[in-house]
Amino acid sequence: MPDFSSVRRRIFAPQARDGALRMAIWAAAGILFACAAWLMLDVAVRGAAGLDWRFLVDEPARAGRAGGIGPILVSTGLILAVAIAVAAPLGLAAAIFLAEFLPSGSRFAAWTSISLDVLAGIPSIVFGLFGNAFFSVWLGMGFSILSGGLTLACMILPLLIRTAEHGLRMVPDEWRHGAAALGMSRFSSVWRIVLPAAGPAVTAGLLLGLGRATAETAALVFTSGYVDRMPSSLLDSGRALSLHIYDLAMNVAGGDRNAYASALVLLLFLIVVNGLAMSFSDYLLRKRIAA
Amino acid sequence: MTLGPKDEAAGEGAAGYTVGPMLAGPECCTPEPVIGVRGLAVSYAGVPALKHVDLDIYKGCVTALIGPSGCGKSTFLSSLNRLTDLVAGCRVAGRIEVDGVDIHGPDVDVQALRRKVGMIFQKPNPFPLSIHRNLDMPLREHGVRSRDERESRIRAALSDVGLWEEVADRLDEPALSLSGGQQQRLCIARALVLQPSILLMDEPCSALDPLSAETVEKMIVGLRGRYTVVVVTHNLAQARRIANFAAFFWVRDRAGALIEFDTCQRLFEAPAHDLTAAYVTGRSG
Repeated sequence: MPDFSSVRRRIFAPQARDGALRMAIWAAAGILFACAAWLMLDVAVRGAAGLDWRFLVDEPARAGRAGGIGPILVSTGLILAVAIAVAAPLGLAAAIFLAEFLPSGSRFAAWTSISLDVLAGIPSIVFGLFGNAFFSVWLGMGFSILSGGLTLACMILPLLIRTAEHGLRMVPDEWRHGAAALGMSRFSSVWRIVLPAAGPAVTAGLLLGLGRATAETAALVFTSGYVDRMPSSLLDSGRALSLHIYDLAMNVAGGDRNAYASALVLLLFLIVVNGLAMSFSDYLLRKRIAA
Repeated sequence: MTLGPKDEAAGEGAAGYTVGPMLAGPECCTPEPVIGVRGLAVSYAGVPALKHVDLDIYKGCVTALIGPSGCGKSTFLSSLNRLTDLVAGCRVAGRIEVDGVDIHGPDVDVQALRRKVGMIFQKPNPFPLSIHRNLDMPLREHGVRSRDERESRIRAALSDVGLWEEVADRLDEPALSLSGGQQQRLCIARALVLQPSILLMDEPCSALDPLSAETVEKMIVGLRGRYTVVVVTHNLAQARRIANFAAFFWVRDRAGALIEFDTCQRLFEAPAHDLTAAYVTGRSG
């Protein structure tokens, strides 16, 4: 019987184990980076060919194979505007209530917290079904920009509330006590001191929500619809950019070129939005350290 | 309210109980109680922090609260402007009168009370706003509409704390860009701008470097006579330098209790109670 003990000793020696672990970690990181780089490069190279100024403003032609994405950008912008206009004030109000007015140990606070986590984990297609049943059918909005925007608002609300609540809780109590000791009302203390101090965090959360809404496809399939012409009102159906990409790639033979160009537009927009969100949280961090 | 010339006697107050010669404002230390505390007991979530405190605070005087950590000095202080209301689970029993009015009475306006009884915290807490806005906001909050009046009160308050010359040309800069000592003086100015009659200070110098601490201490001495000051301090030498009266707290039966109250000089030089004697001579605490 051959003696493997020396081999075994070498494999399980501490140095060998460290080396293997290090290699595994580098490999994992490398694969991750390579995937991201490949994806971005692929979209950039294939998309750049079809991307020019005319593409951004022209109407799509021949089911999107030719022409541009002008009306689709308008619809996307309107859907996002509806979503943010509804979600931002609601989310902020809920966050202020949770962080500033609800006693932290209460049962209600615990239940709200659990509901938010559950909501945040619901797949977007389910939000789409809900949006269709509630906004499109029950409230009679049909397939419309309004219905799609409201569905997205429901979807990003948990994210907005969570980030804003966290930002508010990061504001040190000494400012709240200082304001109270000056005889300021609870409302002024929140409105004039706590909220501005949490401003960067709230804005970063808003931008993250905006990014998530922009990237959303599934929730819009049943709510804002497919129509690719210029919308004439919020009750018109409008096709979002992500949906346009999906449609060109899956349902339109020969739509690949414009699908890639649209994907590049979407990617660039998301990079800008996420970049803004990150620089805001950086700013917040630096401000904390300086304070 | 204008500022009198700086109190030159500030440095020589070390002898103990002195009546600071104020050139402006009412005479110092009328033996007339402005705050009356009877049977005060405070507990946090059912755990008593302070029991059976009876104490009068005299008008225009500086009263120092001394004693070891955890003996309820800060709790006592924050019950005087009902800042204890902000602490969840905090219960206050007993009676506290400010200017003869029970501050727990049914129709007491807490905001008006806190306007009259200002507070300075241990760690300077200027708002993350400009220097000017730190002072302007409380004035607006309390309905001072006239811009001219606000500006003149801001200037007077900043002069009172000796900050006007230092910041006059950069009022729009962030308050957090000031040094620690300047921040603390700004916080005192922020309290003064509301023209309170009583100032509560919770170890106002302990988070500052020695030089800033000295500046702030001198400033507190300068307030004597015009304001009733109640100051918590761990620094016994400081208590002797600035205070007219001193109250000694100690932990008794696991809760803070007032052991002795007297003029500062007598409390330090001829204490009536053994615990006080042991503490002020450094044998305990």
